[in-house]
Amino acid sequence: MAHIEIHDVSLVYETPGGPVLAVQDVNVELKESEFLCLLGPSGCGKSTLLNIVAGFLTPTSGEILIGGKAVNGSGTDRGVVFQDFAQLFPWRTALGNVAFGLEMKGVPKDQREEIALNQLKLVKLEKFVKSYPHHLSGGMQQRVAIARALAYNPSVLLMDEPFAALDALTRDEMQRLLADVWRETRKTVIYVTHNVAEAVYLADRVIVMTPHPGRIKTEVAIDLPRPRDPLGVEFLDYQKLLLGHLGEAQHVS
Amino acid sequence: MRWRVIARTAYPFLVVAAIWEIVARLEVFPRRLFPPLEEIAAAFARLTLSGVLPHHAFDTLIRLTAGFALAAIAGVMIGILMGRFRRAEDIFLPLVTIAAPIPGLAYAPLFLLWFGLGHFSAVLLVAFVSAFPVVFNTWTGVKAVKDIWVRSALVMGADNPKLFRHVILPGALPYILTGLRLGLAQAWRVLVGVEMLAAVPWGLGWMIFGAREFLNTDVMLAGVAVIAMIGLALEKLVFEKIENYTVVRWGMMS
Amino acid sequence: MTQHADRIRSYRRAIVTIAVAALCYEAIARSGYFPAVLVPTLPKIAMALWRSLLDGSMLSHAGFTLYRVLFGFSLAIVVGVPLGIMMARYRPVQNFVLPLASAFMPIPSLAWVPLFILWFGLGNTVAVLVVFYAATFPILLNTWSGVRSVNPLWLRAAGAMGADENLLFWKVIIPGASPFIITGLRQAFLRAWIAVVGAEMIAASDWGLGWTIFDAKEFLNADMMIASLVVIGFIGFVFERLVFGSLEQATVMRWGMVKTVRS
Repeated sequence: MAHIEIHDVSLVYETPGGPVLAVQDVNVELKESEFLCLLGPSGCGKSTLLNIVAGFLTPTSGEILIGGKAVNGSGTDRGVVFQDFAQLFPWRTALGNVAFGLEMKGVPKDQREEIALNQLKLVKLEKFVKSYPHHLSGGMQQRVAIARALAYNPSVLLMDEPFAALDALTRDEMQRLLADVWRETRKTVIYVTHNVAEAVYLADRVIVMTPHPGRIKTEVAIDLPRPRDPLGVEFLDYQKLLLGHLGEAQHVS
Repeated sequence: MRWRVIARTAYPFLVVAAIWEIVARLEVFPRRLFPPLEEIAAAFARLTLSGVLPHHAFDTLIRLTAGFALAAIAGVMIGILMGRFRRAEDIFLPLVTIAAPIPGLAYAPLFLLWFGLGHFSAVLLVAFVSAFPVVFNTWTGVKAVKDIWVRSALVMGADNPKLFRHVILPGALPYILTGLRLGLAQAWRVLVGVEMLAAVPWGLGWMIFGAREFLNTDVMLAGVAVIAMIGLALEKLVFEKIENYTVVRWGMMS
Repeated sequence: MTQHADRIRSYRRAIVTIAVAALCYEAIARSGYFPAVLVPTLPKIAMALWRSLLDGSMLSHAGFTLYRVLFGFSLAIVVGVPLGIMMARYRPVQNFVLPLASAFMPIPSLAWVPLFILWFGLGNTVAVLVVFYAATFPILLNTWSGVRSVNPLWLRAAGAMGADENLLFWKVIIPGASPFIITGLRQAFLRAWIAVVGAEMIAASDWGLGWTIFDAKEFLNADMMIASLVVIGFIGFVFERLVFGSLEQATVMRWGMVKTVRS
C-alpha cells in the first residue's frame, strides 16, 4: 500500500479578480521512505500542495491519505520545515526548540532532552544545544529546524524550499547533510524546490509542475546511485531533461 | 574603565548643577525661590530624618504598585483576549480607542466625585488610566505573533492552551513589556497629578504641592528629586532586568 | 474575506458596542441607585454640552487650552528638532544632552507645576512651560533616533555622487529621519494635551478645559464634567488621529514599519 496518497486534489481560492485555481487535479502516490521533489517555477502550486498535505490548507476537492488515514488539519504524523529561519522559537534554546514536539506529547523531561540531543547530533549541532537561535547562522538554524521536525518521529517530512535563503556553499553542505539524515532515518519526504540541481541531487522521483493553473506536467524518476556526483555526466543529463520539461532549454546551472 | 563611563554620564549633571549654584548664589532670583543646592540637600536630609519624606514616598509607592498591578493584570488579560478572539476585539477596541486621547488626569475629578477622596479613588484612577497602553500594546503583540510559529507548534501537536503558554505569550512578550513600561509611566504621571489635587493625604505629589503655600522651594525640589530617583530605579532595577532576562537574551529586542 | 468587507464589519461592530455601552450607562443613570447629580443621564450631559457651546463658554475654554498647547508645542519643536539633529551629528552634544534627557524625561511634567507657579505666578506661562517640558522629550529623542537611523550607506553613496554637506543634510538626512520625527510629533502632542489639562486643573487657572472640569467638581456638576471630558477627548482625538495620524500614514506608507523610541 502506498504511504501517501493524493487523490484528485484541487484548490480554488477567491481573489478580487475572480477565482484562482491554485492546484488542479493532482494525483500522486508515494511509497514508504520515498524522497519526492516537487519542482516548478513560482506560482505552479507546489507550496500550496505541500501546505495541503501538511494540513494548513483544505483542498476544494479531493483527499489525502497518509497510511490509509485521511488528512484533516495538522498532525504529529508529519514534520514540517519552512524556508524562513524565523520558524524557530526565539525564546527557546536549540535543545528547547527540538524538544518541543516531544513536550507537547507529554514525554518526561529527561527522556525528551536525550532524544532532542540525539537529533541535534544527527545534524551535527551537539555543541550548540544551549544556544539561542539568534546566535546561530542561517544554515545552523535550518539544521535545528530539521532536527525539530524529526524529533517526535513523524513518518512524513515536508520541506518547503528549506535551503533557498542560504548562500550557495552552505546550501550544498545542507543538501549533503539532508541526504545523510534521510538515509539514516528513512522518512517519506516531500520536498519543494525551484532549483533543478537540488532536485536531481536529493530525489528518488521528481514531479514537474507548471503554473496557471498549477498542475503536474510530468514525472521523472532519478535512477542514480547515492551519493550522487553533481558533476557527473548522468547528473547533468537529468538536469537537462528536467530543464527541458521546465521549458528552458538553455544553460545547465 | 568603569570610571570613565560614570564620569561621562555624570558631567552634564555637574555642569547643570554648577550653573544652578552660580545663579542661586548670585541671588538673581529671590533666595527663597531659587535656593542653592546645599539648601535643597539640607531640606532633603531634614525630611528624610524626620520620617516625613519616607512616609510620603511610601504612600505614593503603595498606590502606584496597587494601581499598576491591577492595570497590568487586567490589561494583559484583555489585550490577549482581544488579540485571540475577534469578538473581544470588536467589543473592546472601539472603547479603548475612544478613551485613549482623554488625559488620564481629566478623569480624576469624576472619580473623586464618584468614589470620594482617598486611597481607593487614587488607586482606581491609576489602574484605569495605565491599563490603556498595556491593553493596546498587548493586543498588538498577540497579533504580531508570527504565523510560522503557530503553524510549527500546531504541527508538533500543540493544543490551544499549550499554544497559548508556549508560543503566544513568549512571542508577544516584547510588546507586552513595552506596554507595561508605557503603562507605568502613565500611572506615575496620573498619580503625581492626583496627589497634587490634594485628593489624598500624604504622597509625594501632595508634598510638592503643599510646599507651595510656604514658598518652600527647597522641599519642592527635594520632592522632585525623589520622584526622579524612583523613576530611575523602576526603570533600571525592574524593567531592564526583566528585559535582559527575557527578550534581550532571546534576541527579540536589543 | 476582503479587506474592505472586514473594515465595514469593524465599523459596524464599533457602532454597536458604543451604542450598547451608552445604553448601559443610561440604564445605570436612570436606575436611581446613584444620586442623579453624580451620574447624570445622557440627555442631561448633552444639554450641558449644548448650553456651554451656545453661550460660547466651552469654546472660550477650548480656545485657551488650545492656545497654551500649541504655543508650548511649537516651542518644543523649535528646540527639540534642531537639538535632536545636533545630538545625532555631533558626539559631544549627544554626550551632554542624552544623560540629562534620560534623567528628566521620567519625571512627570505635572511635578513641576507647583514650582512653576511659585516662579511665574498663575497664568498662561505655567501651562505653556509644562506643555513645553512634556512635548520636548519625545520630539528630541525621536528626531535623534531618526537622524541616527539614516543609513550611512546612503550618505556615502550621495557623497560619492558629489553631494556636499548641505545637500546631504537636506536631501538625505531630513527625508530619512522624517517618519521618526513625525511619530515623535504625534507622541509629543498627546503628552502635551495631557499636560495642559493637568496643569490647568492643578494651577486652577481661570480659563481652560482643565479648569472647567475642576470647577464642575466644586459645584458637583457631573454633567458639565462629563461634557468637558467629551470635548477634551474629541479635540485630542481630532488632532492625534486626523492631523498627526494622516501625516504619519503618508510617511509610514512609504517606509513600512516605523520604529519608535522607548518613552
